[in-house]
Amino acid sequence: MERRAIFPNKKLPYLLVAPQMAITLVFFFWPAGQAVRQSLYQEDPFGLSVTFAGLANFHRIFADPNYLYSLQVTFIFAIGVTVMTMIPALLLAALIDRVVKGKLVYQTLLIWPYALAPAVAGILWLFMFNPGMGTLAMLIRSTGYNWDPSLNGTQAMLLVMVSAAWKQVSYNFLFFLAGMQAIPKSFIEAAAIDGAGPMRRFWTIIMPLISPTTFFLLVVNMVYAFFDTFGLIHAVTAGGPGKDTETLVLKVYNDGYVNLNMGGSSAQSVVLMVIVISLTIFQFKYVERRVHYS
Amino acid sequence: MKLSKATVLALAASTLLTAPALAKTQIQWWHAMNGTNNDAVERLAKEFNESQSDYEVLPVFKGSYNETLNAGIAAFRAKQSPAILQVFDAGTGVMMAAKGAVRPVEDVLKLGGFTLNKADYLSGITAYYSDPSGKLLSFPFNSSSPILYFNKDTFKTVGLDENNPPKTWPEVFDAARKIHEKTGKCGLTSAWLTWIHTENFAAWNNVPFASDENGLGSLTPTLKFNGPLNVKHFSTLAELAKDGTFRYAGRTSEAKPLFLSGECGLYLDSSGGIGDMVKSGMNFGTGALPYYPEASGAPQNTIPGGASLWVMGGHSDEEYKGVAQFFHFLAQTKIQVRLHQETGYLPVTLAAYDETKKSGFYDSHPGREQPILQMMGKAPTENSKGVRLINLPQVRDIENEEFEAMLAGKEDAKTALDNAVKRGNEAIKEAASRLQ
Repeated sequence: MERRAIFPNKKLPYLLVAPQMAITLVFFFWPAGQAVRQSLYQEDPFGLSVTFAGLANFHRIFADPNYLYSLQVTFIFAIGVTVMTMIPALLLAALIDRVVKGKLVYQTLLIWPYALAPAVAGILWLFMFNPGMGTLAMLIRSTGYNWDPSLNGTQAMLLVMVSAAWKQVSYNFLFFLAGMQAIPKSFIEAAAIDGAGPMRRFWTIIMPLISPTTFFLLVVNMVYAFFDTFGLIHAVTAGGPGKDTETLVLKVYNDGYVNLNMGGSSAQSVVLMVIVISLTIFQFKYVERRVHYS
Repeated sequence: MKLSKATVLALAASTLLTAPALAKTQIQWWHAMNGTNNDAVERLAKEFNESQSDYEVLPVFKGSYNETLNAGIAAFRAKQSPAILQVFDAGTGVMMAAKGAVRPVEDVLKLGGFTLNKADYLSGITAYYSDPSGKLLSFPFNSSSPILYFNKDTFKTVGLDENNPPKTWPEVFDAARKIHEKTGKCGLTSAWLTWIHTENFAAWNNVPFASDENGLGSLTPTLKFNGPLNVKHFSTLAELAKDGTFRYAGRTSEAKPLFLSGECGLYLDSSGGIGDMVKSGMNFGTGALPYYPEASGAPQNTIPGGASLWVMGGHSDEEYKGVAQFFHFLAQTKIQVRLHQETGYLPVTLAAYDETKKSGFYDSHPGREQPILQMMGKAPTENSKGVRLINLPQVRDIENEEFEAMLAGKEDAKTALDNAVKRGNEAIKEAASRLQ
C-alpha cells in the first residue's frame, strides 16, 4: 500500500514558498531583467544620455576578437577546473572509504578549504606563487625554472585553475563520499567473494552507482567555474597577463566597471546567462540519459 | 504617570545631546584612502566637525580608486550620491565629461562665500583640475609624482656611487646591468608602467602622449605614445627583461616587494610610496625621475598623479555651503603642511610648501622635496600640462595588455606601442560616442 501525506490547505504551500520566491524575484529576476533592458541601450557612465541601440551592443561584442578569445578562455578554464576538481575528489573519497582509523580527522581536514571565500583562497595562492613575494615561487625560481605568471599566460591559467579547483575539491569529496557510503556493503562483498579486486569493484560497482552524484557535480562544477570564480581570478591575476585569464565574468566586470561601457557589459551578461541556461538544459537532457539511477 | 528623577534626567540629557546633532547638515565624503592615509582622512573630518557646529563631514572608505569611482557613479544613478567623491587622476576625464553630474568646486566655494585665489595654489596641479576656461572643477586633495628609488646596500656591493644615483635612462640601464652581472639579481623594476613610462615619460621628456595637449583640449584626441623615443625606451626594457635585468611584476604597485626584499636594486614608483620604504627600515635612496639626454628640453616637468575631491550634483545649497567650508578648512596652511609631511603627498598651496621648507623638513628628510621640484621646476608645455582622456582607465588596461605581450616576448616594442595606440584610439572614439 502506498502511503502519501495529504495537505488539504490550498494556500499554505504558496505561503511557505513565498519568502524564497520573493528573494528570487528581487535578487535574481529583477537584476536579470535590468541587464536585458540595459543591453538594448547605449549610455554614458552616469546615465545622463541614454539612447535606444537595439541589438547594436550584441553585434559589437560578437565582432570583438577579445570577446571570442574570452569565450575560449572561459571554456578552457571551466573544463580544466572541472577535471582538476572531480578526479582528485573521487580519488580521495575512494581512499577515505577504505580508511579504518582516523577517518573523521581526514574527512574534517579535507573539508576545510571549502569554508574559504573565493577571494581569500585566491589571496592564499597568490601569496604562495606570486613571483614577487611568494615563498613557493621563490623555490621554483631557485631551480632555474622561469616561473612568472605575471607574464606567462599558460602559467597564470594553471595557477587560477589549480586554486579554483583546490577550493572546490572539498565539496566534491563530500558528495562522492556520501554517494559511496550509500552503496549497500553487500554488493561490494558479493563482488569480492566472486574474486573482483578493488579496481574492478570500483569501476563496475561503485562508479555506476555514484553516477547520479557525478552528474550532479558536473553541473555544479561547470556553473562554479563560470560564475563563482570571479573573486578568485580577480585577486590572483585580474585577467592578465594580457587577456589570458579574462573569463567572461571578468570581462563583464572590466567592461562595465573599468571601461564604463554599461550597454556592452549588460549585453555580455545576457549572453552569459543564455550560455549557462543552455548548458544546464543540455546537461540535463543528454548527459542525464546515460546516468544510471538505481 | 510618574517618572523617576533619573528617567527625567536621562530624557533631558538625551534631548540635549541629540538636538544639536539633528540640526547639523551631514556631508558624505567617499574616499579610497587606506592604512595611514585613512587615519589622516578620519582625523581631518574629526577636526573639522569639532571646529564648528553647523556641518558634519562623514568619511566613508569605499575600496580602491576604481571601486570608489564606480560606487560614486552607481550612487549617482540611484540618486543617492555623496556630496564629496574622491576620484583618482585617471578618472578625471570621466568626471569632467559628466557635466550634469558634478558641481564645479569654484562655484561651490562662491556659494559658500569664499573666493578662490588661484595664485595661492600650486599652478600645475590646479591647472590639471580646471576646465579649458580655467574654472577649477575639483579640489586637489592628494597629488604625487613618480621618483626613482635605489638600494644603497646593493649600490655599495657592486661598486656604484650610493650618493650619486643615475639621472638619465641610459645611466639607469647601465646601473641595472651592472647589478645583474655582479649579483645575478634583478637590476631594475617598476610600478605603474602606464602612469610612469608613458604618461609621465612623455611630459618629462617633452614628447606628446596624445594630440590636443594630451587630451586637455578635446574629447577625442589621438594617442601618440608610439614615437621613436617611446619605442627606444620600451625596446630597452624588453631587451633587459629577457635575461632578468628588468623584472615586471604587475600593472600597479605589485613590484614594490621586489624592491623591499632587496631582489631588485632600482625601482620606480610614486612619491606616495615613500612611507612604506621608511617603515621597512631598508637602506634606500631616492632620485629624480630619469630622462633621455637627447630629448630637447628634458627634464621638463611631471604631471599630477593622485586624486582630487569632486562635488556631486543634486544636493541642497545647505550641503554645498558645508562642502565649501570644509574645503576652506582643508586649504589652511597648517593642515596642508601636516598632510604633506605625514602622507608624502604634495602640498596644494604655496604657503604650505614655503612653511615646510622653512621648518627644515626637507633637510632632515632628503628626497621629500623631489616630487614638488619635478612638478614645479619648469612652466609646462603642451606635452606636460597633464593627461586627460574620458576613458583613461580603459586605455591604461590596453597599454598594460600590450606591454605584457611585449615583455613575454610575443611582440616587439614597436608593435606593442602601435597596437596600444591603435586599440586605444578606437576605445576613445567608442567611449566618446556614448557621450553623444
